[in-house]
Amino acid sequence: MTRTPARIGLAIVVVFLALCAGAGWIAPYDPFDQDLSAALSPPSAEHWFGADQYGRDMLSRVMHGTRTALLAVVVADGLALVLGCGLGLIAGFFGGRVDAVAMRLTDVLLAFPYLLLALIIVAALGPGLTNSMIAIGIVYTPQYARLIRGQVLAVRQADYVRAARALGAARIRIMLRHVLPNSFTPILVMATLQAGSVIVETAGLSFLGLGAQPPSPDWGALLSDGQSYFLTAWWIATFPGLAIFIVVIGFNLLGDTLRDRFDPRRLAR
Amino acid sequence: MARYTLSRLGQLILVLVGVSIVVFFTMHVLPGDVATLLLGERATEAQLTQLRHQLGLDQPVWLQYLQFAAQAVRGELGVSLRSNHAALADVWTAFPVTFQLALTSLILATGIGVPLGVLAGTKPNGWLDNIVLTATLFGVSMPIFWLGLMLLLLFGAWLEWLPIGGLMPTGVDVPRITGMTVLDSLIAGRADLLWISLRYLTLPAVALASIPLAMITRITRSEMLATASLDHVRTARAKGMPERLVIVRHILRNALIPVVTVIGLQLGLLLSGAVLTETIFALPGLGRLMVDSILSRDYPVVQAGALFIAFVFVLVNLLVDLCYALLDPRIRRA
Repeated sequence: MTRTPARIGLAIVVVFLALCAGAGWIAPYDPFDQDLSAALSPPSAEHWFGADQYGRDMLSRVMHGTRTALLAVVVADGLALVLGCGLGLIAGFFGGRVDAVAMRLTDVLLAFPYLLLALIIVAALGPGLTNSMIAIGIVYTPQYARLIRGQVLAVRQADYVRAARALGAARIRIMLRHVLPNSFTPILVMATLQAGSVIVETAGLSFLGLGAQPPSPDWGALLSDGQSYFLTAWWIATFPGLAIFIVVIGFNLLGDTLRDRFDPRRLAR
Repeated sequence: MARYTLSRLGQLILVLVGVSIVVFFTMHVLPGDVATLLLGERATEAQLTQLRHQLGLDQPVWLQYLQFAAQAVRGELGVSLRSNHAALADVWTAFPVTFQLALTSLILATGIGVPLGVLAGTKPNGWLDNIVLTATLFGVSMPIFWLGLMLLLLFGAWLEWLPIGGLMPTGVDVPRITGMTVLDSLIAGRADLLWISLRYLTLPAVALASIPLAMITRITRSEMLATASLDHVRTARAKGMPERLVIVRHILRNALIPVVTVIGLQLGLLLSGAVLTETIFALPGLGRLMVDSILSRDYPVVQAGALFIAFVFVLVNLLVDLCYALLDPRIRRA
């Protein structure tokens, strides 16, 4: 992969993060301010992305929506990372029965189509943004667990780990000080590649009415709102979707670049 | 091969037991009392106790699970709280709609994705390859629920080429045999109904096909590239074999083996995507049934649907593995 896609990806992610931080200052209107005289008004000089059925400025709502999206990445991707790394480390390091149990657990989680698993978890926990993020986090756990387990198996016999063991280092210390830091790169690549998917899935759950609830300016909830008006006011659904699309492209480009950069097998190709 | 099949079947049963445990415990043990959910917040303690007893919720959890598992094996998964039908019957009625949608999307994705991947992979970094790579990036990044809405807007509302959602127009019924409108129209020998059902199927199928299409194209391309650098291909070229034959006989044949697996594994994506696609296009399929049941807290149907989908998914994955083993003897011996 050449450098241009990497730069585009990085630029998109940086703009996304900047919007998360500065939405309060940059956005032209308050995302919750209603102006019924502007209800359903199409994109114009005052409202670049138009206004929704309550006259709320869509540009401001889309800008503020970056925050829920980032929150989803941090919470859901983070949860998956922590749970998955824990499970993978334990499985890989102890091996034997512990490994067998942990891997069967991931098999079972992988036996559900991912959105279905998220759906039944949300069904049990109840709809809402937090619960939908927890659900997505659990859904993505097996991927991290398998990745880390593979890494652990690979480095377990490495000389520096054997040396640490010979020096009498405790297992937990070996795992946290030697194995985990050496698995950092593949984790980073996976976390970046998953970030895009996490944004889409959380928005998907909100779109179905199971995640963020109105009047939250979550992109999925905005799209769901726009669905009811898409024949008369196309802009309500179009811009939040476009925002998801662009941000996901950004994370995917960045993830692909990182993967190509750090994966020697792919470099050889 | 028989031994391999048996060992995979053994694993399948283990996974299914695990799946049933996950479904049972998410529905029963996590926060939220089923009796309160069913009767509402205003139910008296006596009513709640009676319902808990009726549903067997006052028994130890492991006993409840065993009863649940025994009933599940017999196909008894409770009664829908909304329709009053057997939950599995509701699932079974909705399934053909999802199956037709998923299968059509898979055919679209494979029929377009494999040739596209082959073309891109035979001339890496050419103009076609670059276009294909960009298009697949867009394909995997596009939220399916947004793509669906945009397709509806463009082809349904603005151009008016295709209908806006639904399985069939109101008042038009296909005699139900399989539950799949296209197949049923064919069986009934009604060309007019076939045309209508295909028109209704087009937009949802295209929307659902987008991600699998991108993935199948990518994997075909990368497998073509990987196989092209192998020794036997170099030998074939060295002995003067025409390039076309090298591609078809030596690269394509070997490259397509992993592609078959990837095509099979798209089913999970398709079933997940169907949930969203069916919501956008107002299709009475399994995904929509699941979402509606969750929103209206119709737990027997959620449970039956989750078990059913996981069962189908695991079964298809097994078939894919077996196909793979048939195609590639190295797997069996591993």
